[in-house]
This record gives sequence, structure tokens and C-alpha cells, in this order.
Amino acid sequence: MVTTTALEAELLALAGSVPDPELPVLTLAELGVLRGVQLTAPGRAEVLLTPTYTGCPAIEAMSADIEQVLHDHGIPEVEVRTVLSPPWTTDAITAEGRRKLAEFGIAPPRPTGPAGGPVAVDLTLRCPHCGSTDTTLLSRFSSTACKALRRCESCREPFDHFKEL
Amino acid sequence: MRNATATPALPLGDDALILSHRLGEWAGNAPVLEEEVALANIALDLLGQARVLLSLAGDEDELAYLREERQFRNLQLVEQPNGDFAHTIARQLYFSTYQELLFEHLATTESELAPLAAKAVKEVAYHRDHAHQWTLRLGDGTDESRVRMQRALDALWRFTGEMFEPVEGLETVPWPALHDSWATRITHTLEQATLTIPDGPRRGGWTAGTGRQGLHTESFGRMLAEMQHLHRSHPGATW
Repeated sequence: MVTTTALEAELLALAGSVPDPELPVLTLAELGVLRGVQLTAPGRAEVLLTPTYTGCPAIEAMSADIEQVLHDHGIPEVEVRTVLSPPWTTDAITAEGRRKLAEFGIAPPRPTGPAGGPVAVDLTLRCPHCGSTDTTLLSRFSSTACKALRRCESCREPFDHFKEL
Repeated sequence: MRNATATPALPLGDDALILSHRLGEWAGNAPVLEEEVALANIALDLLGQARVLLSLAGDEDELAYLREERQFRNLQLVEQPNGDFAHTIARQLYFSTYQELLFEHLATTESELAPLAAKAVKEVAYHRDHAHQWTLRLGDGTDESRVRMQRALDALWRFTGEMFEPVEGLETVPWPALHDSWATRITHTLEQATLTIPDGPRRGGWTAGTGRQGLHTESFGRMLAEMQHLHRSHPGATW
């Protein structure tokens, strides 16, 4: 394990403060996709980023935003590397991140079960608008790969659910 | 181009790429908006997997856009035309069940494919669930949907034997056991959907060869022409 210097911790916090391009209420730190920042030489930083979904198109915008923020902090060379292992899971979203999702109108993911188990889509989910648990699944896939589309049977509003991964 | 045939990332990457393209053809044509979005999302997951896998085999763009038909190693199943919605669902059911089992196994190995497999298997679980739920709805639905779903399952059955032919570089995969698990899961879904398990040849001398050997079916060339034409017409173009 490499020891983290004060500057690396500072850069990690900076990179972590970048908003998610598709869910701007969340920061990358709250989404749990940032795996570390390392200074490989003076003025050169390597950032490890993990995608939510393998095909997530937001990863390129995230990388560009991280590079920009570190450049602005005086790091001329920034390399953002994508790592797959260990795979990201919705359990990596912080408690604050979940709270913000719900506030934004997206039902946060529930804790996940063991890998390879059945996909739990039928359990009760709370409507982020009115709080009712009387909600139904409209589609397993919604505006992005990471969300499912549901409808609240009490207030009749449709809403996105950040589905468990 | 590096010696791309040396790694099993190529055939598995080709499966994901070609199926992704086929599913993308539904954009603007799906029966309802929710399905349009669902099929596009599944295609996007597969495209992400294809990019990682093909990058392990060489340059992803060269491999996707500059190979000829016989250089592709994807299963013939994934290149089959979309047909009606039932055909697309049958293809999804057969393939996602296979891919989930294969990736579950690969995730536990020391293979260079393990990180991708561990990541993708969670996405594929949603693809399989989507196909499973639709198979139930169509099979146990109206007379018309039932006839069409059965017809689609029967039509694609002959492309399912190829999935369990050993792949070079994947010697640790227990193919016969994988096949048995696949058959059990498919049987379970079809019985629940009140459909009949197709019977008929799935491998052997009747076939001209397999996609894993670079031999493809008639519609594949036309699909490739459409997929590759922009890149070939404007080499090196960028956004």
C-alpha cells in the first residue's frame, strides 16, 4: 500500500468534488467512482477512476473534468486511468449521496445481495416525491443504464430508481 | 494489427459488439418507448464490454471497423436479424443466459478477462431478467404472442449448440457443465412461460461451420457493411 501524501489527499478531495456529468447533484466522491490519486513525479498525477457501468458514456466527461480541476490546481500532467477491478457497486454510493439522490427525485439503490443472485426488482421502493411505498416498475431500463423507471400509485408521478448493481 | 486471434477476448468481444449493433437497430423501431430505451441500454452495456474486450485483443476501432466478415469470431446467434420482437427476445434469452454463466465462471479465474467478467456479469443479470420477463409475458400472453414467441424460440434453436463449443484460450471453462446449467435455466423459463422446449439439431454435420471459426450466415455481411461504412468512407475522422 502506497502512503498518501498531504498533496495527494488534497488532489483526491479536489477530484472527488467534481460533479457527476449526468447526475450533477452528486460528486464523484459521493458516487464512489474515484479509486485514488497518486503523484508519479513532480507535476504528474495519476487518477484511478472506475465506471458505474462498463459502457457508461459519462466516464469520458468525468475524466476531462478531473483533468481540468487538477490542471487548475497546478498539476500540468494528469492521467486518468479506468480500472474495472474490484467492480463498482451501488453500495459505494455514500449516505450523503443517497440523501441527495432522493432529494433530486431519484429513488436511491437498496443494499445489494450477493453477486450472481436473483435481481431484486419487485421489492417495495419508496416514491421520492410523496414517500408512498405503493410504486410499480414500468421499465427495467430508464434514462440511463443505471436507472429503472417506476411510477408511484399514490401521487401518480413517474420517477427514476437508481437500480442496484 | 496485433495477432488478435491469440486471445479469447476477441470472440467474446465480437459477440458483444455484434449483438450491440443488432439491438441498436431497434432505435426508432421498438414497439413502445420503454422498450426502445431498454434495448438501447442493453446495447450500450454490450458496447462497453466490447470496447474493453477488443482493447485486450488490439486496437478497438481497427478490430471493429476494418476486419472482413471471415475475421469475426462472434457466434452466429448474435448476428441473426432482429426479426419481430419475439425473435429479439428469444435471441436475448439464449445469449444472456449463456453470457451470464460464462462470465460468472470467468470472474473466478486468473484470466485477463476476469475483471471485465466480474463487472459485466452484474449488468448481464439485468439483461437476462429482462428477456426472462418478456418471455413469460409473450409465452403466457395472447394466442398471437404465444405463437410468435414459440416460433422465434424454434427458429433460433439451431444456433444455440455453437455456444458450448470450446473456445481457444478458455481451456478452464467446463463447457459441458455450462451447457447443462444453460439448459436448466432455459427449461425453467420456458416451462414457466407455458412454452415448449424446442427440439431439433443444434450442432453436427448439417451446419456449414461456426461463427467461432469465422463462418457466418447470410445477413452478417450486410450488417457489417452498414456498421463499417462510415468509418471506411472517412478513415481517421474524429468528432
